[in-house]
Amino acid sequence: MPRVEFWQGNASIAQGALAAGCRFFGGYPITPSSEIAEVMAAELPAHNGRFIQMEDEIAGIAAAIGGSVAGFKAMTATSGPGFSLKQENLGLAYMAEIPLVVVDVMRGGPSTGLPTSIAQQDVMQARWGTHGDHATIAYAPSSVQECFEVAIKAFNMAERFRQPVLIMSDEVLGHMREKVVVPDRETYTIVNRKKPSCAPDVFMPYKPDPEDNLPPMASFGDGYRWHITGLTHNEWGFPTNCPEEIAKKTARLMDKVNAYRDDIVEFETESVEDARIIVVAFGSVARTALSAVRMARSKGLKVGYFRPIVLWPFPDRELEALAEKAGKLIVPELNYGQMVNEVERSVHGKAGITQMSLVNGELFQPSEILEKIEEVAR
Amino acid sequence: MRDRYEIRFAGSGGQGVILAAVVVGEAAAIFEGLNSVQTQSYGPEARGGKSKSEVVISRGSIDYPKATTPDLQIILNQASCDEFIAQTGKGGIVVVDDTYVSSVPETEAQVFSLPIVKTAREKVGRELVTNMVALGVTAKILEKKGLMKAESLKQAVLARVPKGTEEINEKAFIEGYKLME
Amino acid sequence: MPRPEVMSWLRKRFFPHLWCPGCGHGIIMHAILRALIDSGKTKEQTVIASGIGCSSRMPGYIDACTIHTTHGRSLAFATGIKLANPELTIVDVMGDGDCTAIGGNHFIHACRRNIGITAVVMNNNIYGMTGGQASPTTPLGAKATTAPYGAIDPPFDVCKLAQGAGATYVARTTVAQPVLCEQYIKNGIANRGFSVIEILTNCHTQFGRRNNLRTPVDNLNFFKKNSVPLAKAQGMTPADLEGKIVTGEFVKREAPEYTDLYRSLVERIGGDER
Repeated sequence: MPRVEFWQGNASIAQGALAAGCRFFGGYPITPSSEIAEVMAAELPAHNGRFIQMEDEIAGIAAAIGGSVAGFKAMTATSGPGFSLKQENLGLAYMAEIPLVVVDVMRGGPSTGLPTSIAQQDVMQARWGTHGDHATIAYAPSSVQECFEVAIKAFNMAERFRQPVLIMSDEVLGHMREKVVVPDRETYTIVNRKKPSCAPDVFMPYKPDPEDNLPPMASFGDGYRWHITGLTHNEWGFPTNCPEEIAKKTARLMDKVNAYRDDIVEFETESVEDARIIVVAFGSVARTALSAVRMARSKGLKVGYFRPIVLWPFPDRELEALAEKAGKLIVPELNYGQMVNEVERSVHGKAGITQMSLVNGELFQPSEILEKIEEVAR
Repeated sequence: MRDRYEIRFAGSGGQGVILAAVVVGEAAAIFEGLNSVQTQSYGPEARGGKSKSEVVISRGSIDYPKATTPDLQIILNQASCDEFIAQTGKGGIVVVDDTYVSSVPETEAQVFSLPIVKTAREKVGRELVTNMVALGVTAKILEKKGLMKAESLKQAVLARVPKGTEEINEKAFIEGYKLME
Repeated sequence: MPRPEVMSWLRKRFFPHLWCPGCGHGIIMHAILRALIDSGKTKEQTVIASGIGCSSRMPGYIDACTIHTTHGRSLAFATGIKLANPELTIVDVMGDGDCTAIGGNHFIHACRRNIGITAVVMNNNIYGMTGGQASPTTPLGAKATTAPYGAIDPPFDVCKLAQGAGATYVARTTVAQPVLCEQYIKNGIANRGFSVIEILTNCHTQFGRRNNLRTPVDNLNFFKKNSVPLAKAQGMTPADLEGKIVTGEFVKREAPEYTDLYRSLVERIGGDER
């Protein structure tokens, strides 16, 4: 029998991480994400895992990367200002291809901004926050149940693709408590890191296997000697200035996710079949949007709902097909226009887009989105 | 369309309104098999200031997680009463504490002014259990509405409170329940 | 020529190394390898971590588990690795800028935790790789590209910093004393806790040429002339010690090591049973 819990979103992410096999957490306290660290501090030692509170945000992610290098499924969690600080070592994890899950519980910014209030202003930072090119995988849950589920998926993706995976939560979701039906272990898959099977002397840590184009990863301490560096490197892991090797490496950082795009992209829809207007929203805002869409339907308006569960890579083709049919999109988000750029890119001008921005520390009210739907419908 | 029941607890920081909403949510989700969502808003300070916590209960799925037109408001200070009473939903109920709320603005809602704080202080002996008295009141109202058994809420209270304090909290809950009779 | 065992710890295909001819870093790498070998360590169970800078390119030449991280952050990565697998021997090689400027916070907290890592701080008083900028250990009055009129910032004393922050083994020597380098590193590795070995080394290319120490030999002579063993220094006045390099073992004490404390915590709450 599945167990029923009444968890906070933050606790649910931590519990999902534990269920996924996460046994290492390095972090630093920051509102509104600290409950994730608190749950991990209580649970990890009890699960023979490792928890460490580091001296700052930068060290928190560094320690987590270290834990991953030594063979653990590892995580760190933060919010806006801390996410900014983590970008440096997040870049190292992309470059060195170290599996890692990073949670950003979004609050208002820039700077210290609104520590206890919601915003969705880190959408582009998630994609482009660190310098250089790399592919991004970012989940955006919208319920406490989904926090648990995406935590498991994030670890699976991180271990499979050997790279950091982000969970973009928000203050409302992080602090909200909601019923969670904890799934039985048999109902979900757990992906573990692909290990090398070759002799240590011929191990090439960045040489992809031909069948899946993904390189296996050894752990420090398990008999393989290898080099990790933030410098652009060849398939042996050593720095290179050779243009062919540089091109090959950086292309693979993009391709390893792009090639599996269809395995990663996730979204949810409601009432889109005959919709003339589709509201596109993510995270906590999607719940307001869904409420407004249902109210509009009850008034006879042909309105649908589209929610990216994975923000990066964006479900562009899927949205484009629906947008072309509907003709009109409304994009409410708690920023001055971030996901909307991606929506515009996706639909290639095939639908009119109405942007809704709110940055006042609160969620949209359903009535506000409903009014916009009625206005666009006229 | 209104397959949801919205409850708001409001007061000043330290009156335990957040815990009260959490307990209602737990009772609904764990002891009654309903869906429930609890949210809150608070300033950076842990004591004083305004504090508000809401719980939405539904048999179906819950989209918007916050209360828009609460069906039940339990209000424990004047400032919250002045700010929130007008938002009460049609046919809604407002319970105010008669110590800290001296004047109730004009409203169509059904208003009960009850000695919640006084009961905690005088009958139970500790103002700290004000929120448990308020939960007793809530239990009676939810029971009358056929939404939840009072026993479920009491179980949720007992599961939540620190070990060794069950007795005083249960007493506060029962005294609160009796206030609505 | 180094001993064959030492040669077997090198990734010889990357030689010649990128350090300038006469750079002291090679002496230190050699001392680290001798210390590891004499301590009975294996390449598979040894991690060499580093940040950014000339000194931080060392792991690339050592055929162990090596990690070249971001500027100043290597101790934070090393802390994660050690906590994950306390059986590993970890030597963190860092420069003066890496350790005491951008990595200063990580350095003092690694000292505070007393985690079982040996930090070898190669102090050449300058940012060499980036072209000779002043570092937190550039002596007062010394010239650097960002201190063209002489440094006015008071320098850090790496060993006092480590001692104050709680490291349980702290020693200093210079590249003019390679046997002592090896001995102190070996003692640091043997210490169950956080060890700091500061080794003064020469950057004749960037520091020396601006400060009348143009050749490697000038620098070695400078180190020999100005080094004062701790026992002797204790009988000298502050005025006598002005401009001198006090060498020796400043801290050798026992305190609980961090991963041991963590293991006791896990045992205390019964976590190892699960």
